[in-house]
Amino acid sequence: MSDPIIAFDKVKKAYGHFTVINELNFEVQRGEKVTIIGPSGSGKSTVLRILMTLEGINGGVVYVGGEPLWHERLNGSMVPASERHLRKMRTQLGMVFQQFNLFPHMSVLRNLTEAPRVVLGLSKEKARQRAEELLELVGLVDQAHKFPGQLSGGQQQRVGIARALAMRPKIMLFDEPTSALDPELVGEVLNVIRKLAAEHDLTMVMVTHEMRFAREISDRVCFFDKGRIHEQGTPEQLFSQPKEQRTREFLKAVLNG
Amino acid sequence: MLYGFTWDTGHGELAFAISILPILLMGLITTLEAAFLGFFVACVLGMGFAVLRGARSRLVAWPTAVVIEFIRDTPLIAQLFFLYYVLPDYGILFPAFLTGTLALGIQYSAYMSEVYRAGIQAVDRGQREAAKSLDLPPARTFTHVILPQAIPRVIPALGNYLVSIMKDVPVLSVVTVIEMLNAAKIIGDQTFDYLVPLSMVGGIYLILTIVASALVRLVDVKLPKRGISLR
Ligand SMILES: Nc1ncnc2c1ncn2[C@@H]1O[C@H](COP(=O)(O)OP(=O)(O)OP(=O)(O)O)[C@@H](O)[C@H]1O
Ligand SMILES: [Mg+2]
Repeated sequence: MSDPIIAFDKVKKAYGHFTVINELNFEVQRGEKVTIIGPSGSGKSTVLRILMTLEGINGGVVYVGGEPLWHERLNGSMVPASERHLRKMRTQLGMVFQQFNLFPHMSVLRNLTEAPRVVLGLSKEKARQRAEELLELVGLVDQAHKFPGQLSGGQQQRVGIARALAMRPKIMLFDEPTSALDPELVGEVLNVIRKLAAEHDLTMVMVTHEMRFAREISDRVCFFDKGRIHEQGTPEQLFSQPKEQRTREFLKAVLNG
Repeated sequence: MLYGFTWDTGHGELAFAISILPILLMGLITTLEAAFLGFFVACVLGMGFAVLRGARSRLVAWPTAVVIEFIRDTPLIAQLFFLYYVLPDYGILFPAFLTGTLALGIQYSAYMSEVYRAGIQAVDRGQREAAKSLDLPPARTFTHVILPQAIPRVIPALGNYLVSIMKDVPVLSVVTVIEMLNAAKIIGDQTFDYLVPLSMVGGIYLILTIVASALVRLVDVKLPKRGISLR
């Protein structure tokens, strides 16, 4: 338990004078499934976005796979990462967005093959094969030639998951993957994520408001508040015996709401 | 006589009109050539400006913005004079028609770059983020993710500029290009009948803009069928 695949070391993130994340320490072990919960604006998305290199940091160091993400080592000192370094690091991560962010002008198949072909240099045939395997996994083989706009929200999000997986990331980041869905479509997306969670090697970090689901698939749940981990533990500990007053209030509010 | 056609002034208005129609249509061809060539230049150059203007490096974006602003804020005719009278001093000698279409293209490229830019900025931020999360290179993201979603949005605006370029072509007459309006004026000069040729030019322009606008609308309706939201 001493070789974390993700490590935040006193990470700071601010927008102007507004500090979103302050001295955050946060570790995720290889293969671990971690869920982040917490009130709106507490910095949950920011943590994922920093990992996906969509947001830079203002202090501290983020490590992915033991290497600094936003820095490079140069003659023994840390310098801000070059675009080249970021590109290399990025390939280890995949992200699923709340709003799916599928490419609307590309077919489902093309959504899944574009990056593997361009970035990984897969042949057309190989990329298609990979895409079809993934569509099988998310239960959408028959939708390969449709466009995202022709699919339901639940189907779109499953495509979103497959698209991220097509790059074979070691770490999957989910930012409220079911929040934009009609209630009756949430289940099909959670089922896909549940299948992924069963994979031993895949590290998962998920922000969600689906408490029951978090409890079921997570190894660990982190309660975020004001850009810090206020309390964390196994789902059992956190949901059944929260120690902190703030955690209890939050859980009471979401579970009754 | 113009373009090898002579006008008939002895048999009434109608005969006169019919006799000068071929001349005006020859002029119309020049007008259309200038408009489409200018439009093409503006489309390409405008995209170039839009890309440079949106560059992350301020060293690129800033001077581009200044150039665009300068082009937008000076009259087309001034740019035309500049190209026509000043460039030859530096050994660059273009035919009048080419100079004219170039001036049109440059003038409109400034407007079009703004249209492109607005279209590019209107593409959801999540698209860039998704592309980045998949590690797609920035150039590929631009050409294969952003542009295909931006272009359909700007088609109507670009089409309006095509119509507007057509109406600006007569400016080329000041550097001796004989487009449709200039042809009508020459006929008037020689027959002392300006009413008929100028009215005909007005009519032809009316038909032209109606047809062009309809075409633009048609393209607009046909194009975004792949679920790209236009708002
Ligand atoms: N680009 C930005 N500019 C300024 N402030 C921002 C920006 N992005 C996020 N913030 C602020 O940072 C804070 C944390 O945002 P973040 O999206 O991480 O919250 P969150 O925990 O994911 O909330 P939610 O549950 O609403 O998604 C919020 O107060 C938000 O307003
Ligand atoms: Mg969020």
